[in-house]
Amino acid sequence: MKSVISVVGRDAVGIIAKVSKECADCGVNILDISQSVLDGYFTMIMISDIDSISVPFSEFVDRMAALGKENNLEIHAMHEDIFNAMHNI
Amino acid sequence: MFSRNDILETINMIKEECLDIRTITMGISLYDCQSDSPGRLAEKIYDKVMRSAANLVRTGEEIEKRYGIPIINKRVSVTPVSLLCGQLDTAGAVKIAQTLDKAAHELGINFIGGYSALVQKGSCRGADVLIDSIPEALNVTERVCSSVNVGSTKAGINMDAVARMGRIIKDTAYITRDRGSIGCAKLVVFANAPDDNPFMAGAFHGIGEPETVINVGVSGPGVVASAIRRAGDCDLAEIAEVIKRTAFKITRVGQLVAREASAKLGVPFGIVDLSLAPTPAIGDSVAYILESMGLEQCGCAGTTAALMMLNDAVKKGGVMASSQVGGLSGAFIPVSEDAGMIAAAQSGVLCIEKLEAMTAVCSVGLDMIAVPGDTTAEVISGIIADEIAIGVANTKTTAVRLIPAYGCKVGDSVSFGGLLGEAPVMPVRTASPAKFIRRGGRIPAPIHSLKN
Repeated sequence: MKSVISVVGRDAVGIIAKVSKECADCGVNILDISQSVLDGYFTMIMISDIDSISVPFSEFVDRMAALGKENNLEIHAMHEDIFNAMHNI
Repeated sequence: MFSRNDILETINMIKEECLDIRTITMGISLYDCQSDSPGRLAEKIYDKVMRSAANLVRTGEEIEKRYGIPIINKRVSVTPVSLLCGQLDTAGAVKIAQTLDKAAHELGINFIGGYSALVQKGSCRGADVLIDSIPEALNVTERVCSSVNVGSTKAGINMDAVARMGRIIKDTAYITRDRGSIGCAKLVVFANAPDDNPFMAGAFHGIGEPETVINVGVSGPGVVASAIRRAGDCDLAEIAEVIKRTAFKITRVGQLVAREASAKLGVPFGIVDLSLAPTPAIGDSVAYILESMGLEQCGCAGTTAALMMLNDAVKKGGVMASSQVGGLSGAFIPVSEDAGMIAAAQSGVLCIEKLEAMTAVCSVGLDMIAVPGDTTAEVISGIIADEIAIGVANTKTTAVRLIPAYGCKVGDSVSFGGLLGEAPVMPVRTASPAKFIRRGGRIPAPIHSLKN
């Protein structure tokens, strides 16, 4: 199973590092990162594998949201099924 | 796999365009709660509801977190309570309402529906008791919703019940006058009421439904309005396509949530209701969708046509996205719960007569409309009769949720708070239909051949 992590906010040093560390701490394996900075605005979409996640997924969602709050970013972790449902028949 | 754009589109719909799951509603049968003793009946109802829905709120919150989509309401609907009232008096029926209210508070759900009676052809003893108890039941409870079905395409219109509901609505407005007559906001009069409606105030667990069931109502007026705005200057066939595609995506999320809730709770999946349900939040308005199609303001000439197209396209898009579709499935036009409708009513562009015409092409009816407190019971019954006639003749659900706000006149505004919103008091025609209403009896079921 996969999770989609989206990160949006003002660009700063170390955003990817912080998000990646949280993933590693939770046993979440990063599969793909797509990232851009436009006019100082940072957008990242990270696809990750949650098969070996070491905490309940809901806790991972909370930890990501908290990390976002600490760093003035919008971070959302969502299960892949919502995207599959919406965009694939 | 999905693309970056797909991901951003979904996140944008949820974060910016108010996409949410409006409600997960668990239907619970109360047939096995029958008892000779009123006290024991209430006890059994309480136990059954608490037992069946124990994990509803927690499960809803888990799903919310997993998919990152808000699930605004977790609710319960029960067997029409009138079926259990045959041996009770009105005080006993009110006790059942209080029992349901207590369960709702303890479960953490915001509404419980099913304080209902089906009297389209006539009223049995239990229905009589329940209807008489409605004003007091809605006065002493906070979360109980009530509905009465007074007409159907097969049975015609029970005009005795229509006359009676005019008086019950007036009594409910009076008895809850210290709270803006809020009791009336929790009372719906139906024609062709569906058995599997997840939306309040009209939800009840119909007589052909299983022991328990999960029904889900989606939302998303903001998403549809944004998609139409993005489509730019195209013709109406293209707009219909945009609406269909958007409705498909919205409904797929509803289906996902319904399946997941059903599996986690071990309760059969019933239906996804395709209704576009607005909220008072800015940007979450059905009126704005119509205006984004090119109407200066909702209620102007062209509104009924725009709404007809919207409603049809939502169904066409939604029906393929879900394995089971039901409930009300249409665009809701509750005045107090829709920022665009409130503005249109305040400016005078939207009147009750136009709303009535709109209900002929959409779900559900004259919904959450405040009228002057001195509107007579007969005029309210007349408005109900007109609206029910539209449903009965067109084989569709229609409903009336009018609030004759005690002490208020045209130009005033009544605030109910939360999702129920704020209703501007709208003018009604005061010429009296009293003699017509007093005749009573039953308007025969309409013929369904010789269509013209």
